[in-house]
Amino acid sequence: MKYLIQLSKIYIQEYIVSVGSIIIVLFALIFAPIPVYAESIQLIPTASNQNRSLGEYLSRVGNCMGCHTAKGGVSFAGGKKMYTSFGIFITPNITPDKKTGIGYWSKEDFWGALHRGESPDGRMLYPSFPYTEYTKVTRKDTDAIFDYLMSLEPVSKDNPSSKIFFPYNLKPLLYFWRKLYFKEGIFNPDNSKSKEWNRGAYLVQGLGHCSACHSSRNFLGASQEEKFIGKKMTGVSWYAPSLTSRLEAGSGELEINEITELLTSGITKNTVASGHMATVIRQSLQFVLPEDIRAIAIYLKSIGEENSDVASAESFPILSKNIRNRLAQGGKLYTKYCEDCHQSSGRGIPGVYPSLAGNRSVTMASPLNTILSVMRGGFPPSTTGNPRPYGMPPFQQIFHDEEMALVVSYIRNAWGNHSSLVTEIDIERSRGSSRD
Amino acid sequence: MKHCCLIISFFISNLVSASESLSVTVPDTMEERVKACTICHSNKNRVGRDAYYPRIAGKPAGYLFNQMRNFRDGRRYYQPMAILLENMSDEYILEIARYFSSLQLSYPPPEKIGIRPEEIKLADSLIHLGDPGRDVPACKSCHGEALMGIKPFIPGLLGLSHAYISAQFGSWRNGGLMRGQNSNCMSEIAKRLTDEEINAIAKWLAIQTVSGEPSLPGALASEFSHRCSNIDPENMHSE
Repeated sequence: MKYLIQLSKIYIQEYIVSVGSIIIVLFALIFAPIPVYAESIQLIPTASNQNRSLGEYLSRVGNCMGCHTAKGGVSFAGGKKMYTSFGIFITPNITPDKKTGIGYWSKEDFWGALHRGESPDGRMLYPSFPYTEYTKVTRKDTDAIFDYLMSLEPVSKDNPSSKIFFPYNLKPLLYFWRKLYFKEGIFNPDNSKSKEWNRGAYLVQGLGHCSACHSSRNFLGASQEEKFIGKKMTGVSWYAPSLTSRLEAGSGELEINEITELLTSGITKNTVASGHMATVIRQSLQFVLPEDIRAIAIYLKSIGEENSDVASAESFPILSKNIRNRLAQGGKLYTKYCEDCHQSSGRGIPGVYPSLAGNRSVTMASPLNTILSVMRGGFPPSTTGNPRPYGMPPFQQIFHDEEMALVVSYIRNAWGNHSSLVTEIDIERSRGSSRD
Repeated sequence: MKHCCLIISFFISNLVSASESLSVTVPDTMEERVKACTICHSNKNRVGRDAYYPRIAGKPAGYLFNQMRNFRDGRRYYQPMAILLENMSDEYILEIARYFSSLQLSYPPPEKIGIRPEEIKLADSLIHLGDPGRDVPACKSCHGEALMGIKPFIPGLLGLSHAYISAQFGSWRNGGLMRGQNSNCMSEIAKRLTDEEINAIAKWLAIQTVSGEPSLPGALASEFSHRCSNIDPENMHSE
């Protein structure tokens, strides 16, 4: 294993004087538990194997493993808890184990789950499994994913049942929900658009299930008519910004290669992905083929261009002395703790520390993501394009809530930024669930 | 309905002219990359702050690597660490572990806390002799003659605060520290010790003047390497 080789370089000096057998043992041990997510692909190019490797790729694009793997658990064996306001969903084992997995499923059963949201015994599935998006995936693609899943090593793992709260656990409600909000259907290409655009739309709307997070939801958790308009994720603290608005994460004004760079490496000269998007990039998007990422970027740029949101040009009210004082206090904290990386200009260091001046994630109406970034810090994802990212400290270890409110208010209103002030109550609310 | 998988926070900034920033360079070093860690795990900026954060400089690299992966993968629970490590590759975690392991920083002076003579006697006995009757090994048999750990997996015990050591014992007892990990030698040992003994050991360790280095791997007797789940003979030959 490559880890073994790597380790041997590291510890060679330490071990050189020690007993040989212990070395082997210790090496094997440190690296033994590393989960290997991808099954090795057989090299004999039969039609079936080709389909399986297409399926492996497509399962990456759909990030099946992201939800169907418990933290630190065996890939695809399920058990991940998804906390929502409708209940705690526990993802199922989708390895081909006959008893605890989907080993007894047929291709038709798998198609039924993805396309119609039905389990093989005819039960309706909860839309925490995004069949509302997967319904657009072609039969050819679902078959390939099924072939791949069936080629995995069966894992016997019985996951606990989901705990769905009343009244959402009543099946009639799910029936009506589906009548209202689920439309079974396939992806219909728009012939006025390019082949690339259509490929991008197919991936974004279908397998990529971007709207599962990036669309606002009504109180029953259904996506609204207008897709990709952004929403606060229920059950977790982050806000999934609009993919259409210029004021949020719309890509209308970005270059195609800037979008593709962000989606595959997690960082560009102006931008960095954080929160759950960083996880999606690590688990899925960094592995998407260049032509598919380009198609996705072309589609995202086009939906960003349709939107007419513009920053309101009206002048902001003159700030009272009290508010100016508070911002000045925030400024002092900024100088002491933030300026070293983000610079006094607020422009950061391109490709390393993101700019805060004019950063839409800082200035958008919801301050949630900025608060969470300051509170929790984090590292951009380790990706092939950015394997050794620079990190941001978790300032919840340093700041009191009041200090956090002051510094976030300051960066939302410095260097030409104009956004609402943040209070201690906002900070407390952002803390929300500690589970995500 | 929500789907936990894709939440977002994209920092997409305006295409501001970067000319001003271009004159500023960031050191291409590990020290710069791990500022997110050193804000808590360093002696600087800590005046008046929580003394709970443990020293990580100079600890064996394999130990640090394992603990970081445990935090990331949910086997050791502390949310701030889990969030920082969430999207980090094994390769990068290993590099960070090596970096902190290689740091040779001076140790803090012994903690100024009161300890009674009988506590010293009790701790001394457990640390150097253990209690075979209860199957409690001497601390030094795994953590090294100098109590500075044994490379590459076993941590040193000196240079840590009384509060930190006590808290770790508490977590081992309750299964909190290694949540999800089935058996752990320290969990078993912690459950066999009384509150009084734990307190005496934590105090004794915190008031020592620190010197020495982690021992080499050969210092660990095989009976103890078999006992620790981090050095499990069952897993020794698997990959």
